[in-house]
Amino acid sequence: MQRLRPLLPLVAIGGLASLPFAFAADTTRFWQGVFIQIFILAIYALSYDLLMGYTGMISFGHALFFGAGGYTAAILLRQAEPPSMLIVIAAVIVVGATIGAAVGALSLRVSGVYFSMITLALAEIAFILFKADDPKLKPITGGEIGLQGIVVPAAIDATTYRLRFYFLTLACMVGLYYAARRLINSPTGRVFVAIRENEPRATALGYNTLHFKLLATAISSTIAALAGMLMVLYEKSASFEMLSVNLTIQALLMTIIGGIGTLIGPMLGAATIRLLDHGLKGEFMQALLPAWLRPDLVFGIVYVVLVLFFPAGLMGAIRKLRGKTSRSSVERLRQAMKPKAES
Amino acid sequence: MPNVLLKTEHLSRSFGGLQAVRDVSIAVEEGSFHSVIGPNGAGKTTFFNMISGAIKPSSGKVFFAGNEITGLPLHRMIHLGIGRAYQITSLFPSLSVAENVRLAAQARGRDTFKFWQHSDRFERYHERAQAALKLVGLRGVEQVLASALPHGDKRKLELALLLASEPRLLLLDEPTAGMAANQVPELIEIIQQLRQSGQHTIILVEHRMDVVMSISDQITVMHGGSVLAEGTPQAIAADPRVQQAYLGELYDDVLTQPHEVAHDTNS
Ligand SMILES: Nc1ncnc2c1ncn2[C@@H]1O[C@H](COP(=O)(O)OP(=O)(O)OP(=O)(O)O)[C@@H](O)[C@H]1O
Ligand SMILES: [Mg+2]
Repeated sequence: MQRLRPLLPLVAIGGLASLPFAFAADTTRFWQGVFIQIFILAIYALSYDLLMGYTGMISFGHALFFGAGGYTAAILLRQAEPPSMLIVIAAVIVVGATIGAAVGALSLRVSGVYFSMITLALAEIAFILFKADDPKLKPITGGEIGLQGIVVPAAIDATTYRLRFYFLTLACMVGLYYAARRLINSPTGRVFVAIRENEPRATALGYNTLHFKLLATAISSTIAALAGMLMVLYEKSASFEMLSVNLTIQALLMTIIGGIGTLIGPMLGAATIRLLDHGLKGEFMQALLPAWLRPDLVFGIVYVVLVLFFPAGLMGAIRKLRGKTSRSSVERLRQAMKPKAES
Repeated sequence: MPNVLLKTEHLSRSFGGLQAVRDVSIAVEEGSFHSVIGPNGAGKTTFFNMISGAIKPSSGKVFFAGNEITGLPLHRMIHLGIGRAYQITSLFPSLSVAENVRLAAQARGRDTFKFWQHSDRFERYHERAQAALKLVGLRGVEQVLASALPHGDKRKLELALLLASEPRLLLLDEPTAGMAANQVPELIEIIQQLRQSGQHTIILVEHRMDVVMSISDQITVMHGGSVLAEGTPQAIAADPRVQQAYLGELYDDVLTQPHEVAHDTNS
């Protein structure tokens, strides 16, 4: 068993790559769509875990990064003569990194719950601005209607080439996961973890922790922006919902359900949430459940049960089966929220 | 003529109305062993906090190797050569012992922003960490989580973090704090070895008078934030003010076991 472990990623990738061929022909398109969304959300969850699970910073404004990537792609692709996809990707990366660094610069002077609050406020400002029906902003943001009818380069159009888009998002997810893994095992990533564990001591050891936290925020924000871009490519629209606090909470939930600070856990969390959502809203469950038991309510109950029975998330449960212990999410959240005394 | 490595001039710090350190001027020669003693609340930790950059002085100056370093940020200090072990253990609790020390070693190198290579590939930090663990006698527990160590070993790890940083000046704030009596001699022995290696300048805060008297070149006695006396162990032992102070109100403090103080947060 132990010897087979290195093969696990290959098995997982192989499984996901053959998945589209496993569904019955009449439903395969639907399921490909579900999994495309899962892959995109998994990237988004991954970016959240880099910040929360590895650097110990809880952003309540993560939707801002997702939305920034989405709107950047949408605005560029709606130009009369849209730039090439490579330019769009480059722009999303630049905007993502810049916004991450800017949010970091504004909020990183404080720590713990104060950091969370400032990120929340900044994301809300963006949400309000993009939702506003202001005559100056609306031509750019689309206001409440958002930006519809985005023309995606034909070669990666998810409507005509759904399978291709499926593999594209799968490749993005695997690639970004690999990059994130390398990062957290690198000297830089180890400092992120040191900051999570004990920031004053990391500073005393000679690390300028502000720089590392800025870097972590910028990287996390860039990955979230790429996820936002993929979502816009898939949906062919951008809406202010992308910037909503609801989307930040999704990141938080996926991370907690999957297991904070495990990278793979939050990605499993994304799958869990998305599949649960489809299951609960599907015809079968709708017929089964009494009308007052709304899907959201069921989801809430499932969530509470998961947290109660798997306090360290799905990955925590898996680790437990293998005889290892993990800290509970609640404990980790409490640690991350604790304001550290400033000197 | 020996070099003065660390010098403070009229260093003071108050917290609200409380003057924790008052007008402390000391000079520590390179390669010497200097001890700071004084009862609980005398201001020893606050004094260290100012030298190590953890807090800023209300007034006064700090010079290191001839340059003024007053008010420089904490993260710069180790790179100048000033390192500190804390009175209250401050580790990376859910990381392994080896990783704790490796992080200390890595901080001194130039590879911190190599984000695409595995940290294990930088052998030199691993080796330096192993050497520091060996110095403090912490071998065989490399893969144990720091939080799972017994208190005595945590104190050793605290010291190992400092040694892996390879500072010129070591600030040791009650390295034996909270240790069981039977573990203390081993730690004192480690400090003796550090002294004998001749590679460091050491300032030690310690309550055990026998240790301080036998190990120090110079002793500074603090009381109520001020310097009460300063000199060689012989001079301090013979100083009537010290004798009076220690036989009088200080007596109890010196003899009782030192206890950890909740306000000392190293932040
Ligand atoms: N951050 C702070 N805020 C307020 N008061 C403080 C702070 N740090 C220290 N003090 C006060 O300053 C005085 C000196 O404290 P300090 O910790 O420097 O003493 P010490 O000599 O190290 O004592 P001990 O031997 O108990 O460690 C004490 O009265 C303490 O309460
Ligand atoms: Mg003290």
